[in-house]
Formats: sequence, structure tokens, C-alpha cells
Amino acid sequence: MLDATPRKKLVEVRDLKMHFPIFAGILRRRVGEVKAVDGVTFDIYEGETLGLVGESGCGKSTCGRAVLRLYEVTEGSITIDGTDIADWSPEELRKMRPTMQMVFQDPQASLNPRMTVANIIGEPLDEHRALSKKERLDRIYELMDHVGLNRDFANRYPHEFSGGQRQRIGIARALALNPKFIVCDEPIAALDVSIQAQVVNLLEDLQNEFGLTYLFISHDLSMVRHIATRVAVMYLGKIAELAPREALYDEPLHPYTQALLSAVPEPDPALEAKTERIILKGDVPSPSNPPRGCNFCTRCPQVMDVCREVDPEFREVRPGRYVACHLYADTKSAAAPNAARSTRQPSEPLRE
Amino acid sequence: MPDGAAPVLDVRDLKTVFLTRSGEVHAVNSVSFDVRPGELLGVVGESGSGKSVTMMSLIGLLPSPPAEVREGQVLFGGRDLLSVDADTLRHIRGGRIGFVFQDPMTSLNPVFNVGFQIMEPLRTHMGLGKKAARDRAVELLELVGIPDARRRLGDYPHQFSGGMRQRVMIAIALACDPEVLIADEPTTALDVTIQAQILELVKELREKLGMAIVWITHDLGVIAGIADRVMVMYGGQVVEQAPVRELFGNPRHPYTRALLKTVPHVRGERAKRLEVIQGQPPILGAPPDACPFRDRCDHAFDRCARENPQRRPVGHGHDVACFWDPAHDG
Repeated sequence: MLDATPRKKLVEVRDLKMHFPIFAGILRRRVGEVKAVDGVTFDIYEGETLGLVGESGCGKSTCGRAVLRLYEVTEGSITIDGTDIADWSPEELRKMRPTMQMVFQDPQASLNPRMTVANIIGEPLDEHRALSKKERLDRIYELMDHVGLNRDFANRYPHEFSGGQRQRIGIARALALNPKFIVCDEPIAALDVSIQAQVVNLLEDLQNEFGLTYLFISHDLSMVRHIATRVAVMYLGKIAELAPREALYDEPLHPYTQALLSAVPEPDPALEAKTERIILKGDVPSPSNPPRGCNFCTRCPQVMDVCREVDPEFREVRPGRYVACHLYADTKSAAAPNAARSTRQPSEPLRE
Repeated sequence: MPDGAAPVLDVRDLKTVFLTRSGEVHAVNSVSFDVRPGELLGVVGESGSGKSVTMMSLIGLLPSPPAEVREGQVLFGGRDLLSVDADTLRHIRGGRIGFVFQDPMTSLNPVFNVGFQIMEPLRTHMGLGKKAARDRAVELLELVGIPDARRRLGDYPHQFSGGMRQRVMIAIALACDPEVLIADEPTTALDVTIQAQILELVKELREKLGMAIVWITHDLGVIAGIADRVMVMYGGQVVEQAPVRELFGNPRHPYTRALLKTVPHVRGERAKRLEVIQGQPPILGAPPDACPFRDRCDHAFDRCARENPQRRPVGHGHDVACFWDPAHDG
């Protein structure tokens, strides 16, 4: 896409942690914490789509919300368009909101059932822009055109629309303030197969038209392969692997990515009969009590002794390819030259 | 696939209607299908296509009102399940026909331990004593791959993970050696790595136990991996039915063809742009007198609006409900 010009980083996330406290007992004493996001580092370049994949509970949605500062983050820095917003107050953040928006998973739950479509799409305009009545309505119509909604439906309520159309309303609302960066949190998960493609194509068209940058969160590995420029795979609060799309799908490096990709069933019986599945044993450990060493060591088919002791560092093992795995521990040569310029920290002190 | 064997379950012309305040909803329209012993029939369709309602109707699990099974026959073990009394039906359900539902959390009872829930059908349907039922329950949990089975009998559903709960559900469904297992989106709520575990388990169990399975899903990938035969539903009707390789290799109905094109792949070629099926699924307010897919179909012509196409055989055990012939205009 933008290969000739040096690409600009729009979003830089460094060692982001989002821990939720657990309270127990009659005194509601803090007894521990759920490490939903536990030290993730990634960049998103302008105009690209970073796919964030993982299974339920891996922290991908929390990560997306934390990046937009919908939470008070525990630790780390989030730089969007040159400014670090990790410690900003809600009041300061309000000024930043127009540049960064979100599309939610469940269009049923994220649209107010008592508001008309026009008012839902117009609400961000009321909050952040001082428009005349006519300007406001023109802008609403324009947005409805962009997402393929019939203008005549502007005064209808969300329940009168199908799931796919509701998602279009949510997208129009996200676009209202001309954002640069949109977090799409499972935007198609609640939709039927035949409707998913409509919404994904719309997101792609809007990206091309307005130069949008997406963080596309999904558990659907096939759809992420379709839409993403680069892909990050999360497991139990950490990024296991981050790579350009082709590289990741053609040759996954992390054993978890390998297992995850091999588990996706293909709609082709001949291919299915040939596919060698890596069947992972057991379940994901609890994020309130992650295993010592590598997060994946309890289920990894290639686990070594060191994995149960030392948390592997998330580092660049080939140009543009980042992996947190001891199997790639000796490929230092590729990572060393980058160590100086990168602000990347050794992922974390050893856990006791 | 035992081709010659007589079907163990034979459904003919099933029609189910919901009576709602805003009128009738014709959820299932003349659905016919059969399954043979040892066969896995995949049922594919989107939400609202009538696939779950069909399965619920045939074993009397739909609340009436609002549901009403208007017409049809469900032949099982020499009897029509739609005309047997409630007692007989209850013995068949859970005894000779097992069920697995989508969400294992809502279909297990949170206040009883799983041991009780597995032993319940064994004691009511098979008349086993406490001791025998307990032993059989342990055997079943081991069969579905739950480690430390005897100790886990005393655990409650919330102490199991999603994948483990679905294994418990499968154990309950298998408790009385059913002749038919109906699985309604059993892996949809699970993660892909856990789904892979369950699919592997079902393949194994089918070989071991030889029962017929009806597997409902919206995921074409899952179907491709486990089904012998596939039935595609749309708008409350069966629009196409064929052996799995035939269906994926030579789809005839425009809906099946479009559906296969619209899903992205995780391996092989990556499409630049996704093919789209325009429009929305139909609202089933009246008995269909036209093809339910015509508004979204690229090949629709005037006849499609006048008549509802009937399923017609096209060879290789394949039938399709469509007037259009792909041989004529590619």
C-alpha cells in the first residue's frame, strides 16, 4: 500500500498493562488481580489495519478498550498521533476523542433503543461540534450515504433494523467526527455469514476513502487474514506473535499461532481430510493466576524446561516479525541492531 | 457410509408455524430429510433459516403455543413421533434420541452436580440402580475425555470450563446409547482450539458407537470436516442436499454457491475482495408461494416469483430446489 514512503506510526503502545483488582471477604480486601493485559507492545502504522486475534478471555477486547483509554490503565504508554495519552484525565481525553473512535461487537447493545438513527449518528456532532440544524442534518445524511443506509430511515429506531444495518449505524456514528483511528471490536461476530462480507467490504471502502487506521479485534482468523495488514496474536494477556499477514499465515512461528491456525476448519472437504491438526490439550489458565514462565507452557506441544522458568521476551526475530518464544532464543542477530532504537523493554521482570 | 441401510430417522413434509401477535411466522416449510445409522448429516443455514426449529419440532421440544407443528411425519422406530403420547415421547427423547445444545452453560442445571445430571437419564430411561448408574457415569465422562472422572462427578457445572461443559453435555446425550444424536451448534460458543478438540472427539465416538448424528451449524468449515451428507436450509426450507464432497465441489443452488464464495479462507488463495450476498434474509410471514431466495439471487427470473421450486434430484444423491440450471449459463 504505502511501501515507497516511510510509514508513519499513528499508534504506539509500549508495555501496556491492564490489571483488574479482585476483592474478597467482608472487608472487600484486595486479594489479587486479573492480569487481563499484561505488558503488550505494538505499533499501528497510518492507513493500515492491525488485526488482533486470540481466543475468548485472552485480553484482546480489554487491550482495544485500554488503547482508547476507556479504562485507567495500570501501566505503560499509549501514544496516539504523537501524544501520550496513558495518564490523561477524562477532561483532556475528551478533546482527543474525535480522532479515535470505536465500533462495538453487539450493535443491539451499543445503540440506544430510545434514540432515532439521526440522533445516534448526530450525538458525537452535538458533543464536539457547534453545527446549525441544517449543517447537522446534512452531515447525518452524508454519513448515512457513506455507510449505505437509506436517508428515509433517519427517523427510525434501532429495533427496526437488521443486525447488519445496525452495525452500519454504529459505523456511521464512529465516522461522524472524521477520526483517524478506529478500534473495531469484533464488529462482525454477531452477524450472519452472508451479512459479514457486506460489513467487511464497507470497512475496507471507508478505509480507502478516508485513510482510516484500524485496530481490528476478532476471533475469526479467516476474516482477519482477509482484512488485516499485520496481525498480532494474543494469549493470556500477552502478544505471542506479531507479523505481517502473509508471513504469519504462511509460516507461523509461535507454537500457539501454529495450533490456532491449524484448528480453523476449512470449508473444503478434500483439504479437511488432508489437514494435520495440532490439537492442544487442556484449557487456558486463569489470568488471575498465570503459570510461571511462559504463559503458554501448560499447553505447548514443544515445551522445554526453560519455558516453565523464564518468561520469554517479545522480540524481533526476523525483520518485522516479533515472537515471544524460547524456541527462537538463539536468533539474536536479527534483534540486536534494533535494540538501541527501540523503546522496547525486556517484557517483564521474572515472576516469582 | 452404509448407503443401503434403512433410515433410522425419516422426516417428511414437516411444517411448523409460530402464532405471534403480529401474525403467523412460517418457520419450517415442508422440510423432509432422513439419516441412516452411522451417518453424520450436516445441516447448514443462517439464523432464522429454520434449522433449529426443525429439530425442536420433531421431538416435541417447542412450547405450544406459540409453536404449532401443522403437518408432517417423523418416522422413528416404526412410529410417527408427531402422533405418539407425551409419555412415550419422553422416553424416546433423552433415551433413544440424544440432544446437545449450543450453550452448555444454560443447558446444564447449575444447582445439581454433573454426576446427578448424567445419572438422571440412566436411572429414568434405563432403570439402573444408584451404583450401576454411577459406574456408567464415570465410564461416560472417561469416554468424552474428562480426566479424573470419578472425582469430578461431584463437581458443579460452574467448576468446568466451556469445552469441558460441552463434553459433559455430550456425555449426557450419549448416556442411554441413543440411536440418533442431534447436535445444535454444539461448538459455536467455543474457541477454535477447543472446537477442534470436540470435533476430534465426535469423529472418534461416531466410529466407536455407530450412531446417526444430525449436526446443525452455520460454519461451512465445520461441516466440511465432519459431515457425510449436507442439507442447506434457507427461509425455512431445504434448498439443497448432497453428499459432502459433491456439495462443496458442485454446488447447484445459487444460495449455496454464494455462501461458499462469501467466506474467507485461512489457507490457500486470499481473495482481494469478498463476494457479497446482497440484501437480507426473508421474513416468513406467509406460506411461501415463491422462491424465498429470489430477492437476493443473481439468477432469478420471472418463474421464481410465481412458484416455489420443489426439490428435484440432479444425480449423485444430490437434489436442489431451484429452477435455474448452472449448466445453461455457467
